[in-house]
Amino acid sequence: MIELATLASEPLFGLPLAELWFALVFFIFGTFLFLDGFDFGVGVLFATRNSEHEKERLLDAIGPFWDGNEVWLVVFGGALFAAFPSIYANLFSRHYLLMFAILAALGLRGLAPEMYEQRDDATWKTWWGRAFVVGSLATPFLIGLFAANWLLGATTIVTLPGIVVGLAVVALTVVDGVAFLRLKTRGELRESLATDGYRALAAYLALVVIAIGALYATTPGLRSALLSPLVVGLVVVTLVLAGGYALATARDRYYLAFVAVAGLVFSLVGVVAGSMYPLIDRASGLTVQDAIVSTLPLNVMTIGAGLLLPLIFVYFGVLYSVFSGPIEAGESY
Amino acid sequence: MVDPVIASRLQFALTTIVHIIFPVVSMGLAPFLVYFTWKEVRTGKAIYEQLRRFWTKIFAVSFAVGTVTGLVLEFEFGTNFAAFSTIAGELFGGPLALEGMMAFMLEATFLGIFVFGRERVSNLVYFVSSVAVGLGTWLSATWILIANSWMQTPRGFEMVMENGQSVVNLVDPIAAYLNPRFPWMFVHMQNAAVESVALLMAGIAAYYVFRHHVWENPIQHPEFWEKTLKVALVVLLITAPIQAIQGDAYGRHVADTQPQKFAAMEAVWETESYVPEYLIAVPTDLDSLFDPRAKELFGIGIPGMASWLASGGNAEATIRGLESFSTEAPPVAIVFWAFRIMVALGFWFILLALWGAYRWWRGELLEDDLLHKALMGSSLLGFLAVEVGWIVTEVGRQPWVIQGVLKTTDGVSPGLTGAEATFTLAGFAGGYALLLLLYTYVVVRLIRSGPPSRDELAAVESPATEEAVSVDD
Repeated sequence: MIELATLASEPLFGLPLAELWFALVFFIFGTFLFLDGFDFGVGVLFATRNSEHEKERLLDAIGPFWDGNEVWLVVFGGALFAAFPSIYANLFSRHYLLMFAILAALGLRGLAPEMYEQRDDATWKTWWGRAFVVGSLATPFLIGLFAANWLLGATTIVTLPGIVVGLAVVALTVVDGVAFLRLKTRGELRESLATDGYRALAAYLALVVIAIGALYATTPGLRSALLSPLVVGLVVVTLVLAGGYALATARDRYYLAFVAVAGLVFSLVGVVAGSMYPLIDRASGLTVQDAIVSTLPLNVMTIGAGLLLPLIFVYFGVLYSVFSGPIEAGESY
Repeated sequence: MVDPVIASRLQFALTTIVHIIFPVVSMGLAPFLVYFTWKEVRTGKAIYEQLRRFWTKIFAVSFAVGTVTGLVLEFEFGTNFAAFSTIAGELFGGPLALEGMMAFMLEATFLGIFVFGRERVSNLVYFVSSVAVGLGTWLSATWILIANSWMQTPRGFEMVMENGQSVVNLVDPIAAYLNPRFPWMFVHMQNAAVESVALLMAGIAAYYVFRHHVWENPIQHPEFWEKTLKVALVVLLITAPIQAIQGDAYGRHVADTQPQKFAAMEAVWETESYVPEYLIAVPTDLDSLFDPRAKELFGIGIPGMASWLASGGNAEATIRGLESFSTEAPPVAIVFWAFRIMVALGFWFILLALWGAYRWWRGELLEDDLLHKALMGSSLLGFLAVEVGWIVTEVGRQPWVIQGVLKTTDGVSPGLTGAEATFTLAGFAGGYALLLLLYTYVVVRLIRSGPPSRDELAAVESPATEEAVSVDD
């Protein structure tokens, strides 16, 4: 048993906990973006499907997962609040309207499929279908805008790099949605999705290049970070993974394509985190070391997260293995 | 334009008042669902499968809505109460993060299996999923109530100057998390949730039983609704008395630890002994409308009762009056009336439970139309009791956001403008009205479509050969 006095005096096992928590916060953010990302992507792809049968397939595919995926956003908020409370407070109050826009979009995304299933009349389905698409488009766009504004230290909501990053995140979630749906469907639907995936991937790569250019042009403070080996390396990794995704999709290696998308998402989040560090809030100039909570709560949270995060991955493993493979016809969970 | 402090407080109040409905449904339903699943798995009886499937649908909808409305509250600490979050974040952020990691994740992942996976997992795994979901909802409440109770009876911290600001520093996590209020609040809240859901179940079931037996207007699945009514009544008979007995002791704990709140609950302005418990207190003068115990008063009170309750049996006991505190009083009228509504509802629920039990014992449960009407009318009153109970807790703590440590007005985001806050407040007023409407619409539809029929259950258990002729292949 570790003594309270020890817990209060030094970081657990002498670890660089501030840096670890900075990485953990972004890791949780990345997990959210990858997992709920395919839900958003499915929502966007919903607009491209004309037959009721295919639309139902799309909704069935995400049915058991999206609630759990969304909880990663709750955990992201909690982890940021627990480890860097002043940043949580600063960032969220500075982007006041943006935060509520994210919540509204997320609410619409969650509500719409639930309502869609309620009635069979065409007008009802058309409108709730549209609401689902709008919510699924707006949420990743606004989250991308938020992440870019955080990196920039923006004090206004609308920024040029923010908009480009927002669009890039939308494109990435579409790639994610395609990769997920190709795991969960069969036949014609599965084949026709591949093209959507290539297009979205091309758009994503183009937008990433524009985004990096826009960040470089608008924010002198970021220039050296954007040329650092880490960021350059992650851009190279992104290109390699994009090639891998295309190859895996062409050869019907569904799992590999899905894993490649995970890599793409974490590379993007890595670029944001890597070019931000050692700062955690450019607007106030606070570094990770400045903003971290004191040693005792940090140690307590580290023990908690160290025990719980592996368990959470077990839960998700169980969930995803119970519902693995394509959904069968006539099986709407 | 509303002042940002007022708008933020109104918005937090509004968003909490709406949010609490959904966790109450999920926390209250959880033990029922575990029981139904257990019986279904053990006995294989169709009635338990019907019960489990019917109530799981309502649980799932409530959980989905509760996720989003809960996220709103989490975000609001940052957006609207940035000063509070900075000052108290070291102690307050931890429980929120742990709630997400320990509870919410457990609930959300196993809910996927519980709602969609009956045919895909073994009986044992399915039952374990129901327990995991239930445990998740209750653990969630544990961490949220740890955070809230710490604001009522803060312990295990010291104030330290950091960057020119006095902030909370955690010194003893055990003392902080297991603060004196926590166990009181936890028992009161969880029991209230189960009691509220039992009332909801009883009310809905009574409607169908009434239609079937009193109106003799045959319904589908009469046995399903009769069983629901009986299960709900048993649970009500257990939870209603516990709530009152525990609530009485909880009240004394509040009198000891938050005397200002207790004085507001009883509207005691001057320190007195032998204080009466006013059942009704109405000012005869409009100017003192917000002071339920103004001098010009028409009131009915039980002499010495408030003193008796506060001290646990001494009618002569002294109650410290609101005038004796250095800080301004909380909005007394709100606290005073909310407390009375809660207590009155609590007694009404006990009466309902006893009435139902008596009729059941006499073998007249299905025929007593007056009882059915009373239960129908009380379907949502459990939720009302929870709402007014929280109003007593939260409004009664004012002007403090952390009792004796930080005032609510000092917790609001410094940069927030009145325009922004008013805009989002208006957005929530409209958006949440729509949300409640749609939620009600969905739940009412689920109730009206009733449980799956026995034929449908059989069809699911032996899936048709449809799989072989998949349309996509």
